[in-house]
Amino acid sequence: MTAPQGQPAATSVAANGALMTVTGLTKHFPVTRGIVLRRRVGVVRSVDDVSFDVNRGETLGIVGESGCGKTTTARMLVRLIEPTAGQIVFDGRDITHLRAGAMRPLRREVQMIFQDPYSSLNPRQTVGAIVGAPFRLQKVKTAQGTKRSVQELLELVGLNPEHYNRYPHEFSGGQRQRIGIARTLALRPKLIVADEPVSALDVSIQAQVINLMADLQDELGLTYVIIAHDLSVIRHVCDHVAVMYLGNLVELAGRTDLYERPRHPYTVALMSAVPTPEPVRRDADGRRERRERIRLTGDVPSPLNPPPACRFHTRCWKAQEICRTDAPPLRELAPGHKVACHFPENT
Amino acid sequence: MAADGTGDPGLTNGAVETGAPDRVARERRVRWPGGRGRPAPAEPGSVTVTPRTDSMLEVRDLRVHFPTDDGLVKAVDGISFSLDRGRTLGIVGESGSGKSVTSLAIMGMHHGTNAKLGGQIFLDGEELVSADAARVRALRGSKMAMIFQDPLSSLHPFYTVGHQIAEAYLVHNEVSRKAAKAHAVDLLGRVGIPNPTTRVDDYPHQFSGGMRQRAMIAMALSCDPELLIADEPTTALDVTVQAQILDLMASLQEEFGSAVIIITHDLGVVAEIADDILVMYAGRAAEYGTGEDIFDRPAHPYAWGLLTSMPRLDRARAERLVPIPGTPPSLINVPSGCPFHPRCRYAASLNGRCETEVPELRAVALGHQAACHLPLDEQRRIWTELVTTQLARIAGTQTASTGEDE
Repeated sequence: MTAPQGQPAATSVAANGALMTVTGLTKHFPVTRGIVLRRRVGVVRSVDDVSFDVNRGETLGIVGESGCGKTTTARMLVRLIEPTAGQIVFDGRDITHLRAGAMRPLRREVQMIFQDPYSSLNPRQTVGAIVGAPFRLQKVKTAQGTKRSVQELLELVGLNPEHYNRYPHEFSGGQRQRIGIARTLALRPKLIVADEPVSALDVSIQAQVINLMADLQDELGLTYVIIAHDLSVIRHVCDHVAVMYLGNLVELAGRTDLYERPRHPYTVALMSAVPTPEPVRRDADGRRERRERIRLTGDVPSPLNPPPACRFHTRCWKAQEICRTDAPPLRELAPGHKVACHFPENT
Repeated sequence: MAADGTGDPGLTNGAVETGAPDRVARERRVRWPGGRGRPAPAEPGSVTVTPRTDSMLEVRDLRVHFPTDDGLVKAVDGISFSLDRGRTLGIVGESGSGKSVTSLAIMGMHHGTNAKLGGQIFLDGEELVSADAARVRALRGSKMAMIFQDPLSSLHPFYTVGHQIAEAYLVHNEVSRKAAKAHAVDLLGRVGIPNPTTRVDDYPHQFSGGMRQRAMIAMALSCDPELLIADEPTTALDVTVQAQILDLMASLQEEFGSAVIIITHDLGVVAEIADDILVMYAGRAAEYGTGEDIFDRPAHPYAWGLLTSMPRLDRARAERLVPIPGTPPSLINVPSGCPFHPRCRYAASLNGRCETEVPELRAVALGHQAACHLPLDEQRRIWTELVTTQLARIAGTQTASTGEDE
């Protein structure tokens, strides 16, 4: 495929290889009561002081349970919601508070893949119109015309270019996700933020989409931020992994390091909770052999009223007095391995 | 069809159930004058069959077909399995493979729909497909119970949790409301809800996701069912809560000694909890065996495909996943012969046999069956030589690593 003409001038100053640098990113949603006299009765601290770098050509994974703020973070990265505080630097430019007009040229460079391939495609538009929309909206003219470019995109993601005039309902879930990916790729973005790109798909289709995303990364030099709750998928696709809990970043490390030597108790518990595809073995008496597993009790507390200091202390088996009074800072315990815990594991 | 749904041995249309068992026949006539279903051809000679074994549940050649405007949807097309007390059967498959429809058929919940049922289901020796709605209703909730996927939509928002747990107990036992409530409190405590005496009066919205699923389990256990069917019990939950629920189900099974069917698309969950596994594809059984059979020596190309397409937490990655090409088939237009053949890498080696002949489940080892035309030695060769190598490559335990980071 030919690159669209008129790419915005790259203002690259990031020499350290970071395509996006996020510092102190915070999002608080106000909770209000009353219609005429609206008053604030509280805030939901969805994301609190999150910092990380996204390196060029790499994949950063953000994992956590529901309500940990991973989707809110993703949406702030592409400026779909306004951060309360913090700074997002993309390709050397501070984009935290860019206005819609100033943001528009950047939309070519940062794109998003959505979770649900059923609701993220307009059912009344043809595939051609959906995948061609970025060209239309950005007024990009390609050398061989929009239709030809769209067909090349469809081919790139493994769809038949003759499906140009079909509607989304004629496709299966995996194929729809491919249509979404084709649309994402239309303007040759540098960074793609994917929010649970495979969680709505069947296992056999998941692997197809994971492989497709990996191939596209190799071929087009893409950088990904992938949000997922599935730790196995994250282990397979990511170079760096950020673990979030109740709006806080609790651990940030390279993949091998994180999975082989997790240091935050929450990460340890999260990993030990994932069922592994090893069959049940029975001992001589026919009793089931139980796997050793760290069992977290209870549920994730409400982000409306998170526990003070370390937010994990209510479920942590290592918690002591200091965890209830002082929030642990995110410290670098090993090169490239940051943990926010007073009593880290595997040290 | 026989208007009361009885004495119809082969394919039966569902009967509508309303009200208590004694009222069912009357109300059905009132509500559905003339009956809703069409007469179905009786299958000769299927009435007198009795179960071979003393299993808790025996399903034989179960078929569930739905006539639609677009054609006949063969959601389940000839499934057989059996399950003993104290054992757990896992049914795995992708969406549309017929796993939930199977479970609903066992629970008798296709009564009152236009589903056409065939085959036999023996619950503790009692045939259910031809049983009338009142009889199935009497068994449902007491002898067999079900846990649903989404606890928020399967709990009634208007009634307290305690009320909903006590309901089945009141219907099936002659006890006072007070005794039923005490029973509900007891059950909530057993499934690990803190302060059950106060939480029993809470409404579902006051419970978190994990607690709702615990309440659902309490509801299912209220009459000590001998057969418990869990349809994707943890899919809507976070992993840490999923681990709690799986532990709870395993310990309750040890306590109650019931037979459990767990339906899931997650191979990890099924490995964790199931003794026997039935792999379904397009409404048919692809493979059936113990957990060790399916995970350590699978025989069906679909099972191989599932294993090689799954990223694993416990192993570092070295190479690409090996996905199953193509997409699951439409159940209206199931491929001829083996339904898996358009996606199968090995179908071409059998000179078109897979396209024309439907493979029957056949034994590949003692208690281990697969529906595949591949000759047994060829099957074993592909598994040991090709698939295990692929798995090792994906897992990075073999040297050909290319993609490891750092």
